[in-house]
Formats: sequence, structure tokens, C-alpha cells
Amino acid sequence: MKFGISVHEGPYTHQAADSAYFFCKAALDAGHEIFRVFFYHDGVNNGTNYATPPQDDRNVMNRWSELAKEHDLDLVVCVAAAQRRGIVDEGEQQRNGKEGKNIADGFRISGLGQLIEAGIEADRTIVFGD
Amino acid sequence: MAVKKFLYVNRKAPYGTIYAWESLEVVLIGAAFDQDVALAFIDDGVYQLVKGQDTKEIGMKNFSPTYAALGDYDINKIYVEKESLDARGLTVDDLQHLVWEDEDEDWAEKDSIKVVTASEMAEIMDQSEVVLSF
Repeated sequence: MKFGISVHEGPYTHQAADSAYFFCKAALDAGHEIFRVFFYHDGVNNGTNYATPPQDDRNVMNRWSELAKEHDLDLVVCVAAAQRRGIVDEGEQQRNGKEGKNIADGFRISGLGQLIEAGIEADRTIVFGD
Repeated sequence: MAVKKFLYVNRKAPYGTIYAWESLEVVLIGAAFDQDVALAFIDDGVYQLVKGQDTKEIGMKNFSPTYAALGDYDINKIYVEKESLDARGLTVDDLQHLVWEDEDEDWAEKDSIKVVTASEMAEIMDQSEVVLSF
């Protein structure tokens, strides 16, 4: 089965990001395919590398990066949602004159069309949100 | 590209959180993909369609006029759950009058909003292929 995933909540405040991660991991372990994980609303905050969670807690952002590296996952942060919330890659940094960039490894910034495409291409699309 | 049945499920009040506005952004971008699109409004989501919204005092952009443009994007299946309206003391007359023009009937203007029961809404969800919940 080919899954499309949309994550609509940020790390730590909501469990949605954790649930999405565990779902992806379980699906991949069971031999399924993840077509794309799309991050929307506050979900874009899963893609920051500027967060420093306490060492005795899970690192939600790093977990995504590691899973992406291991399984060649496509982690896409919505550009419109990212611009509102300050998730910046090199292109956005240059376009909008920001001092730094904070997109975590394995993530890329792109448009909402990527979510629609995931819906079309995947056998099942699952939203993890509030 | 394959055509799938997309259903956007709107469950939250228009202001207070960003879900309604960012949902509408997905709908508008998604319209370019020529899919079979429907919108559902349930729970506090029915407030999104209430007419006469005035956001001046809360400093938010009033995006409600955008719903009236959906017909121009060939989005004309807008389902509103009756139980959600009833629970909030609303009727369809409290909502914007959303219309679309039917190309096959000499551009006759038709209503986009259809009030459905919860069980009809469940059926609509069941028949949709991509359900995006906001």
C-alpha cells in the first residue's frame, strides 16, 4: 500500500506529530510505501533544526530526519504555512532576506500542490491533526 | 492525471484558529488539479459559511467572501450538516447564498450548498477517496 501523510500539528504541543511518525515507521517496517509526508499548519514546525528539546525527552524533529535518511522519505513543508511560521531554507532565506535558515535535514519546502499530488498518487491519504 | 474524489472537511470556527483559512488555501490551490472536489462543513465549521461576518474588532482578515468565489473554480458541492446547524440555532438562511453556473444548462445559476444529515454526511465521506480534515 502506498500512503500519503499530512501532519497538521507541531511537535510537543500535540501528539499528532508523534502519531504520524509512529504510523510511518510501522507502515515502512511492514513493507508499505510512504509516497510523501506533507507538513501543514503548525505541522511545519516539525521541520526546524533550531529547537533544543530537553535531553530526557524524544527529539521529534530529529526523528523525522533520521527516518527520512533511512527510508529516503520525501518530507515536504508547505511554503505558505512555513513563511507564516518562520521555517526557512536557503531559497527562502535569500528571497525574503532572512539572517539564517532552519530547515532540518531531510525536509524541503514546496507548495500545497504537493499535498494534492500525494492525495492523487497515494492509495490512502491520512491526516494527523487536531 | 487520475481524477479522484476529494473531500475537504471543515470542522472549526472561522476565527480563533487558522484551520479554516488554511483549509480554504488548500481548496483554492487544489482547484488547479482538476479533481472531483467537495467541501463538508460540520461542527463549528458551519460558522465558516455564516453571512455578514465582520472581523474589524479582532484585527483578522475577513476571508468569508472567498467562499462565494468557489463556484468560479467549479467547486459546487458544498455539504453542510443539518445536526451541526440545529445544535447552533442556525438554518441555511443564516449562511451565504453560494451559487455556481451550470455550463450544460445555459449557465443557469444553481445553489452550491446542500444541507445533509449526519448519516448522509457519513455516506459522502465513505464515497470520497481523499478526505482532508481541517
